[in-house]
Amino acid sequence: MTSIGLSHYLAVAAILFTIGVFGIFVNRKNIIVILMSIELMLLAVNINLVAFSVFLGNVTGQIFAMFVLTVAAAEAAVGLAILVTFFRNRGDIAVDDASMMKG
Amino acid sequence: MTISANLAFALPELILAGSALLLLVAGAFAPTQLRLVGAGAVVALVAAAIAAAVQPYGRAFSGSLVSDAGTVFGEVAIYVASAVAIPLGIAWFERRGVRNFEFPVLILLAALGMGMMVAAGDLIALYIGIELQSLALYVLAAMQRDNAKASEAGLKYFVLGALSSGLLLYGASLIYGFAGSTVFSQIAIAAAGGANTGLLFGLVFLICGIAFKVSAAPFHMWTPDVYEGAPTPVVAFFAAAPKLAAMVLFTRVLANAFPGAAHQWQQVLVALALISVAVGAFAGLVQKNLKRLWAYSSIANIGYALLGLASGTAEGVQAMLVFMVLYMIDVTGFFACLAALSRKGRPMETIDDMAGLMKEQPGIALAMTAFSLSALGLPPFSGFFGKVYVFKAALNAGLWGPAVIGLVGSVVAAFYYLKLIKAMWFDGSAGTTDKPPFEARAIAVATALFAFPVVILALKGLDAAAATAARAFGLA
Repeated sequence: MTSIGLSHYLAVAAILFTIGVFGIFVNRKNIIVILMSIELMLLAVNINLVAFSVFLGNVTGQIFAMFVLTVAAAEAAVGLAILVTFFRNRGDIAVDDASMMKG
Repeated sequence: MTISANLAFALPELILAGSALLLLVAGAFAPTQLRLVGAGAVVALVAAAIAAAVQPYGRAFSGSLVSDAGTVFGEVAIYVASAVAIPLGIAWFERRGVRNFEFPVLILLAALGMGMMVAAGDLIALYIGIELQSLALYVLAAMQRDNAKASEAGLKYFVLGALSSGLLLYGASLIYGFAGSTVFSQIAIAAAGGANTGLLFGLVFLICGIAFKVSAAPFHMWTPDVYEGAPTPVVAFFAAAPKLAAMVLFTRVLANAFPGAAHQWQQVLVALALISVAVGAFAGLVQKNLKRLWAYSSIANIGYALLGLASGTAEGVQAMLVFMVLYMIDVTGFFACLAALSRKGRPMETIDDMAGLMKEQPGIALAMTAFSLSALGLPPFSGFFGKVYVFKAALNAGLWGPAVIGLVGSVVAAFYYLKLIKAMWFDGSAGTTDKPPFEARAIAVATALFAFPVVILALKGLDAAAATAARAFGLA
């Protein structure tokens, strides 16, 4: 049995982050899914920060993670509010619908 | 250092934060007093600009907050530009029956975020500043709630902005991990002999995130849609101050945290600059909508600003600062013109709408001609001087190739600026226009007079201020 080291945490975070980015670009269905992908990216960053914080023996990373969590909550609130106004104007939240402007 | 000694360095930010909260409560009790809240916000911004101009130099909060000549330059320019946007926006929204007192408060919060960006001394302050600014801007873009285009613009801005924040944050976490600290001066020690692989990954992610915020190609895809959909005075605001804030932040990160890796980030910046100039010049050629056109123009102009920064010298930073301030004044004036123009209550936004404007509204048409020629970089307008600074800095840093490509891009872009001028001066009129409102016309005329001839008088002072600010960033 090998013990779990820093690189394992970094690998998990990198995979989660990649899934988040792909969730934004590949997803063609629903805007809520995009919001979830954004959340996934931010949480991947938090894993990074906390893992580094523990392995460096330095508390700054955990403080940073707290800030990220707080801002993520505010970001989700603003995003959902904008989504509501979009839904009221269109009656739909499909990604392909957001295409009034092109060029 | 005691807490009050720390807070003394944050006086401009404290003024903005306090007055934003106060005005929000005041507005909740008197929701119809939009103009009163707006006047309060303008007073707060002017007070913050004065406080920023006289603030002491130093570092506070364990290095998170930096106060130097660069901070002062950025904050004063940002607060003044934000103050101009408030009367323009309030009158525009009132004419359309939107009376949200939140508008001036959101501008205040965005200005607070931008103030934090230019004063950031570590990665946490950088992130909080960027987010505070961005969240306020997302809401501003979607401010016209019953307008389908505006809410689509807000949504696209939000999604791509959140993506860029994610990239930036991932980069910040890697930098923290491999440098062992979030404070720029500590990172600089870790990256003294050039960035190692981990730091380099972090730096590239961070650059990508900030490139999104300044809308540098290839991270520009949100810009045209957001500019087209968002309300015109809001575009006038976020084409100006946030760009300067993000460019100053860019300089701060690269010069204070990665001076040892200059040869590494210079290559990335040169690539970003050239792609931006090319995309801005060529994609702009096919645009019919003026707001979209100006979005591509802003992408190209950010390319020139990045070229100045890519020089990696104090001269380059100075060139970037002068260029950005002159560009900010141009773009604010141009969108003030667009906000002033309408035909039977319908906004005029395409090049065809501008046909024969010289006969209808000679003042506005002259102002728009001045802004177009200035953005094109024709002497003696202000944009010419900005470009001279940038190209001179690039040449002195040995960037011959990029400077030549930048000049070619400028010539290509001349086509669409001249097309607009031709439509205004020589095409047949497309019908009578409404009388332009006072505040938009006043801002348009004042900024046009700055583009020429006031700039020739003001350039000396601007040059000296930018030189002092550029030296504060510590590049050779």
